[in-house]
Amino acid sequence: MRRKIPLAIAFVFGIIMIIQFFIPHRISVEFYRNMLNALVIVGIFYYILAVSSLIRVHRGKIKRKKPGWGYSYVTLISLVVTAVIGVLGGAYQATRITSWFVQHFHWQIEQGTGLMVIYTYIQIPMGATMFSLLAFFIASAAFRAFKARSLTAVLLLVTAFVVMLGRVPIGALLTRRLPEIFHLTNIVEWILKYPNMAAQRGILMGIGLGMIATSLKIILGIERGYLGGGD
Amino acid sequence: MTSDLVLGKITTDNMKMIFVKDRAFTAIFLIFLFLVPSFIFSQAGIEVVVDLEILAPTEINAFDTPNDAGENITVTWETPEDPSGIIVGYEIFKSENKETGFTMVSFVGKGTGEFKNRTQDKVVYYYKVRAKTEDCKFSPFSEISEGVVSRPQLFHTGRINVLVAVVVFLCLLMFFVSTARKGKSLFIRRIAGLDALDEAVGRATEMGKPILYVPGLSSMSDVATIASINILGPVAKKVAEYESMVLVPCADPIVMTVAHQVVKESFLEAGRPDAFNEDMVFFLTDSQFGFVAAVDGIMVREKPATNLFLGMFWAESLILAETGNMTGAIQIAGTDAVSQLPFFVTACDYTIIGEELYAASAYLSKIPVLVGSLKAQDIGKAFLIIVIFAMFILSIVNTGFFLAIATRNTFLSRIIEFFQGLFNV
Repeated sequence: MRRKIPLAIAFVFGIIMIIQFFIPHRISVEFYRNMLNALVIVGIFYYILAVSSLIRVHRGKIKRKKPGWGYSYVTLISLVVTAVIGVLGGAYQATRITSWFVQHFHWQIEQGTGLMVIYTYIQIPMGATMFSLLAFFIASAAFRAFKARSLTAVLLLVTAFVVMLGRVPIGALLTRRLPEIFHLTNIVEWILKYPNMAAQRGILMGIGLGMIATSLKIILGIERGYLGGGD
Repeated sequence: MTSDLVLGKITTDNMKMIFVKDRAFTAIFLIFLFLVPSFIFSQAGIEVVVDLEILAPTEINAFDTPNDAGENITVTWETPEDPSGIIVGYEIFKSENKETGFTMVSFVGKGTGEFKNRTQDKVVYYYKVRAKTEDCKFSPFSEISEGVVSRPQLFHTGRINVLVAVVVFLCLLMFFVSTARKGKSLFIRRIAGLDALDEAVGRATEMGKPILYVPGLSSMSDVATIASINILGPVAKKVAEYESMVLVPCADPIVMTVAHQVVKESFLEAGRPDAFNEDMVFFLTDSQFGFVAAVDGIMVREKPATNLFLGMFWAESLILAETGNMTGAIQIAGTDAVSQLPFFVTACDYTIIGEELYAASAYLSKIPVLVGSLKAQDIGKAFLIIVIFAMFILSIVNTGFFLAIATRNTFLSRIIEFFQGLFNV
């Protein structure tokens, strides 16, 4: 029964959603919208489970004094402080509490609420810092990938060199006296438009079929791995 | 001097004065002589442009917008010729009475010959259009359209090709699944990345280190995440059998709940429910780079022997894979995000590319019905290759006699249209 009910739900709703896709009537559109809303509402409730998981894991680290347990305090304190500021002070619009603080302490909150201050001055810069690592990782990955060990690696190296050179102004400058067909920008355009695009489309076709097959297998109950415990 | 002038006596001074006055008069006269006609001519020039007759829009057609939820009418018209380029757009008027009561419903820019109007269902509407010039002059109205009623449709005719493709694919799937059920063995090619899973889990067991399994950053509604969860089951089972440990950090609460259940069930199936730890599957954050920072931290602190990145990834793919590479872990990645594949190929030991991710559960479990579904995928792909090749040939002979035959033959042209539609899908 524990398996049959989820399978039945997946089958019924899978078939309904397939039928819905082919019916443009407003009842069908409304149904689809309600389903998406239901998904959002269910998702919000799942955050309770998520936060409880986060607290449990970090409480365990502090309890067992695992390496780096001090950071768990930082995480838990940040979680509580952010949640309190967000709930009491408002997310996008200031609540009365925020207004009271602004009036009595003459605070100036450009972002409107304390939560947005945290978001703008803590979360965004931290995210940007992590993202900026990508530049260095691209360099290290490129260094490893472009080692000319075999014929295919050499091909990759040459193509990458041509594409990189063709994407910067000096590339166009170097080949400006050659016939137009040999201009680096045109060669790069051709590489990206034909061989590269052909390979990408080949992969995308396989992905499309794989997606349809996986969806149909789940709807028909052939694929049950997502329920756990193999077949 | 004044009296001299009055008396008509001409002295030298008087002469000078008259000459100066004459010069001033001549100058003013000349200015008028040039300016006034030029003003008149320029005005005349403008008049000539303004007086250019702007033709009314023609062939107005109003019809119920096809394949919609109703409450929408499409109006089309032929834009008049505008060689001087003075038309700035078109005003669309609507009425429920053909004779009177027209009100403007919208203005669309020049070059536009179509407008979609929000309406009430079951009400007859009439439309007319006129062109507007840059100096707010108008062309005559177009003819009034035929009365039209909007209504919702019950079937999206533009998606017939999708329906046909899905039905054909479903038939193929059912055929190969039933063939596999009968016990016929079906060949499945080797996928190195999936073969390496055993080795990866074994290595982690030997080293006494955990396995890090990242099921992507997308939600459960993403098919790549579902495929990843399908792989997590066999991996967790193997981990339980080898008495090793798996860490599954999640960026989505629903994915976390499903992954938790899958790992728990797998440990139970392997006969090791006691080895399952609630902290194996945990939520980190739904912030993209916050998640990356946390997973990188885990990789650096815990030094997992094996990193598995399977699911949907975006810009974080290389940050994760490079950090894992630096910690010396054996890495297997798999995603259907084409733009992230080169990063994984570069930084990981094995990469499961696109459709292989969806084939993984069948490959690992070797369940005949699942393997059968892979055959259906292969046949589907072969069919698509044939269609693409056929379309390629058709596009080459597009200008030749073949097209002429095709356009004369309704049946043949319909087949071509169908394949073109299928190709677009």
